[in-house]
Amino acid sequence: MSEVLRTVSLTKKFGSIEAVNNLSFSLSNSSITALLGGNGAGKTTTISMLLGLLLPSSGKIEIFGEDFVKNRYPALGKMNFSSPYVDLPQRLTVKENLSVYAKLYGLADQKGAVLKMLETFKLAEFANRRVRNLSAGQKTRVSLAKAFINDPKLLLLDEPTASLDPETARWVRDFLMVYKKKSNATILLASHDMKEVEQLCERVILLKNGKLVEEGSPNALLDKYDRKTLEDVFLDISKGNSG
Amino acid sequence: MSLDSLNRVHALLLRYLYVLRSSWPRIIEIAYWPTMQLVIWGFVSLHFGANQPELTASGILISVVLVWDSLFRSHVSYTLSFLEEMWSRNLGNLFVAPLRPWELILALASISLIRTFIGMIPAALLAIPFFGVSVFDMGLPLLAFFFNLVFTGWAISQVVTGILIRFGLGAESLTWVLPFLIAPVSCIYYPLSVLPDWLQVIAQLIPTSYVFEGMRFLLLEGHLRLDLLFTAFCLNCIYFLFGLCVFLLSFRSARKNGLLLQSGE
Repeated sequence: MSEVLRTVSLTKKFGSIEAVNNLSFSLSNSSITALLGGNGAGKTTTISMLLGLLLPSSGKIEIFGEDFVKNRYPALGKMNFSSPYVDLPQRLTVKENLSVYAKLYGLADQKGAVLKMLETFKLAEFANRRVRNLSAGQKTRVSLAKAFINDPKLLLLDEPTASLDPETARWVRDFLMVYKKKSNATILLASHDMKEVEQLCERVILLKNGKLVEEGSPNALLDKYDRKTLEDVFLDISKGNSG
Repeated sequence: MSLDSLNRVHALLLRYLYVLRSSWPRIIEIAYWPTMQLVIWGFVSLHFGANQPELTASGILISVVLVWDSLFRSHVSYTLSFLEEMWSRNLGNLFVAPLRPWELILALASISLIRTFIGMIPAALLAIPFFGVSVFDMGLPLLAFFFNLVFTGWAISQVVTGILIRFGLGAESLTWVLPFLIAPVSCIYYPLSVLPDWLQVIAQLIPTSYVFEGMRFLLLEGHLRLDLLFTAFCLNCIYFLFGLCVFLLSFRSARKNGLLLQSGE
């Protein structure tokens, strides 16, 4: 499988603090990978660098085979993301928001793409409602609709099922699996929901204090740490127990 | 400029127009302040005109008030649209799309122009029946004065948005403070010669002083001083480029310090 994303010795320092330290990993085409770690482990910093929102202190990021730090624009059109730390304009309706992003990504059939997202994320009945008047779960769905509007080949999702009820969360997980298969997309997701990670991801990357401390498939990690759940593995690693 | 770039500018412009049309009070507010300025200065002008007609000859007082407001409106409209992105924590979403910083600048300038027209045209039209002053009588030079002041407004906006992107919403009040910093040396209501010598030197570095000197020449002497307009334009180009540098450097600094994801309230 070809590599879609590759980081080499990626480092980010804020003054004397090393938020991400010498991080090297790659993501292969048509895969779902989880980026795990406790608070302050460096997940958001890593994702911000992979999105071009944050400049690395040193190291390399290659996306779709191109140097992303030097020129991020060609890759950005084929990427997208969703995060609870970022909102969509609250005063705009769901449809207006999606129309703006369809245009921003230069889609050929913008109206068609908006209608497709409204249907896919079950937002048609709220299409003309302002985002500020939606529930937290509905806002998460709008944010996901925005993230999928350009049919991205690389998707970075931060807590994609946060604020969703169990039924919708399951639906989103199923959707991610189907989307990956259908579009050959690569997905990197940060999540604290270990069951979700076990269910969705072929691979896990675990960060601690900005460093990569473990990586592998969920099953391989369960075997290595002789644990039944990924949550226990996560706790072991957080406490500094080795496998 | 490529078609893709134009599309992205159009997308952002749509976003700002959606915000504008979502609230009638907002649209009314845009026209409200210039109209209030006109009413107050209109009566001041009538009062002065009755005692010292030379102060209000050719509707000078009302004309300069209206034209000065175009600078303030263009700057506030530009900066408020940018603040919308910060208030709604949307900068992260915008800059993970293939949006270039200069495309954002172009979109902000476009919406600023639209909002300035919405604000200024009703006030300028009301001045005709109520105070017998038509700024449109200046003809084409009015456009030159207007665009020079709008240009100054954008230069200030770029500095302010640069500071906002770098230092966050704590610097929000600069939006209203900064344009008034140049007001005393812009010679809006009085000629340059009124200022003390040392302040005249500073005023000569400010493009707006040339615009208002030029307007006074046109309205009182009846001829257009192209040299003043040209100097104003050249100074504006310098300040605009300076503003652009401040914005781009601040944007880079925000990317270096991870501020684009933390731009909300």
